[in-house]
Amino acid sequence: MQRRIVSLWFPRLAAERSLRANPVDAPFALSLFDRNSERIYDLCPRAEQPGLQRGMTLVHARSFCPGLLTRPADPEGDRRFLKLLARWATRYCPWVGLDGRDGLFLDITGSAHLLGGEEPLLDDIRARLTRAGLSACLGLASTPGAAWALSHFAEGIAGPEETLARIGPLPLAALRLPQEICTNLERLGIATVSELYNLPRASIARRYDREVLQSLDQALGAIGEQISPLKDEPNFAVRITLPDPIGLLDDVMAGTRRLLTHLCNQLDTAQKGARCLRLTFRKVDQENQSVELKLARPMRDAERMLALFERGVSGVDAGYGIDMIRLEAVEIEPLDMRQLDRAEGREKDSIADLITQLGNRVGLENIQRFQPVDSHIPERSFKLVPAAYSSPASAWPHTRPRPLRLFPPEPITGNGPQPPARFRWRGRALTTIAAEGPERITPAWWEDNDSWAHGLRDYWRIGTRQGQRLWLFHTPQTPGWFVQGEFG
Amino acid sequence: MSLPFSSIFPLKQARAHEVCGDAGLAFAAINAGLARGTVVWVSESWRPPVNPEGLLPYCDPGKLLVTRADSQLNVLASMETALRSGAAKLVIAEISGSIGLTEGRRLQLAAEAGGTTAMLLIPDGAGSNAAETRWRCSGAQVPRDTRQNHPQQIGHDSTHWRWSLIKNKTGTLSDWVVRWDAAAHRVIVVSEAGG
Repeated sequence: MQRRIVSLWFPRLAAERSLRANPVDAPFALSLFDRNSERIYDLCPRAEQPGLQRGMTLVHARSFCPGLLTRPADPEGDRRFLKLLARWATRYCPWVGLDGRDGLFLDITGSAHLLGGEEPLLDDIRARLTRAGLSACLGLASTPGAAWALSHFAEGIAGPEETLARIGPLPLAALRLPQEICTNLERLGIATVSELYNLPRASIARRYDREVLQSLDQALGAIGEQISPLKDEPNFAVRITLPDPIGLLDDVMAGTRRLLTHLCNQLDTAQKGARCLRLTFRKVDQENQSVELKLARPMRDAERMLALFERGVSGVDAGYGIDMIRLEAVEIEPLDMRQLDRAEGREKDSIADLITQLGNRVGLENIQRFQPVDSHIPERSFKLVPAAYSSPASAWPHTRPRPLRLFPPEPITGNGPQPPARFRWRGRALTTIAAEGPERITPAWWEDNDSWAHGLRDYWRIGTRQGQRLWLFHTPQTPGWFVQGEFG
Repeated sequence: MSLPFSSIFPLKQARAHEVCGDAGLAFAAINAGLARGTVVWVSESWRPPVNPEGLLPYCDPGKLLVTRADSQLNVLASMETALRSGAAKLVIAEISGSIGLTEGRRLQLAAEAGGTTAMLLIPDGAGSNAAETRWRCSGAQVPRDTRQNHPQQIGHDSTHWRWSLIKNKTGTLSDWVVRWDAAAHRVIVVSEAGG
């Protein structure tokens, strides 16, 4: 059976996607930073009229069209959108492939009659896309190459036997040849596909790469061309529908256990671990309630995850009963097979579970670990990083004695470079009985830090008769005394 | 009759203890250093965290799991979760208000269930009656003979504290002057002040 291919080209995919989300009534363009300047990435027809084109710098474009509205381009989002369109296109045929970043190939062999023939099928595609605010150029032929040529240069349908007749008069660029080769051939006086076709094949092959003959043959069907359909993204979600609504905690947990076992088997096959799970309950009155579980480490161990779900599930109000449970792994991370350790592995697991449990109460980012930072500024010598995404730091540099608690400097009264013998701090009168110092710390001049605006600091450790041990500093450049820490 | 220090310290495991006073933080740091395993440190998020460089003489900061909660209620709830799970060896919580008998008893039960020691850093006079022991810690003046050897010295090895046991469910009360020996990694009793 003769193959029939539709080539679908969206000439303004990026601009129209942006306008669909947020329409404007003005010349409009998308800009992207490329080759050292902001350049036009895509534009609407109204912006094209004053002479704007893709690749022009934005400054240049503004001089042509002062009223130009621009937004930043999002090529990654455009690609996702094209994938969505590819999924939509499976309503016409099961075999849909991407073509570059702005086109689709549909293999409609044997499925055109479902919409009443080829002409009505193209009309239907065009009507639906127009309603969605997308302009599309359509070409239908027996090969992807010919369909592409038609969609880009002469929209229409080429019957099974008239491929050459339809694409023959088209320029060479219709063969998807690079610009240099086209220019080169045009210099030799070969401007159209049929002129190229009439040349002796041996002389073309001698002068040019295989590329020229290959694309000619692909367009005319002498060489086959594959359309690769998109792979189905694995979807880690399972659900259970119940004949009778349930409401008891034990029943719900039993249902959750069955879902978890199933999901973990899926994850196991894919060598993945879940990092975030969402459990959704649909109640009899069609209301949904979900429980989210964020895990400290990726995992796929059904029993452990079940135990971690317990707190969230017990907070669910079952109402008149739950008749569907859906479990979805929202975030997935690769998780390789791992040899089971003896004691150490279990301890690590229990710490990870504890982080998860605490994280579900106060937020996973609030469970933190200390990590050393290479800085001589005391308040910057460490940082707190989320424990779920880090491992314990082992090597802490040994420093001079530092207080157990650091706080922002609090001014006290004192004169001269020696620590004050008596001072008031936090409403208490304190008497110094021992002092050790000074330890001079210079500010990091390359960093802009307001709290170090007083310049150099001479740190003293003092003991007071009242029992407190404090960390004081004196700023010799702008005289003053401050308390910055407590030794406890 | 005086209470021997070794009978009460290291603290009894799987029980809830309370500590107050100016040097309570150092008491907690020392206990964190003596615990074999992970230590969970829960505090309210407005409070500046403990300084890991200050912890170094007492405890490896790497074994600390710092939990920041937005309210005292969540501090206590997180503490109970951590105690009950049994994954950590010691759970330290800093609170700013007082706690009632119910909360104290819940923490005590959770500590027993998980086999984890609980330590609450409380403001003066804010403890609950359910605690196993309560300590008041403050800096002590360095005895005169030591001062003469190191004039003007308050280095870490010569930092002395007065630790007073002000509540004890299973015995009498007492107080001691102690210091921390970083090299030996243990607490040394300087004088049995209460004896």
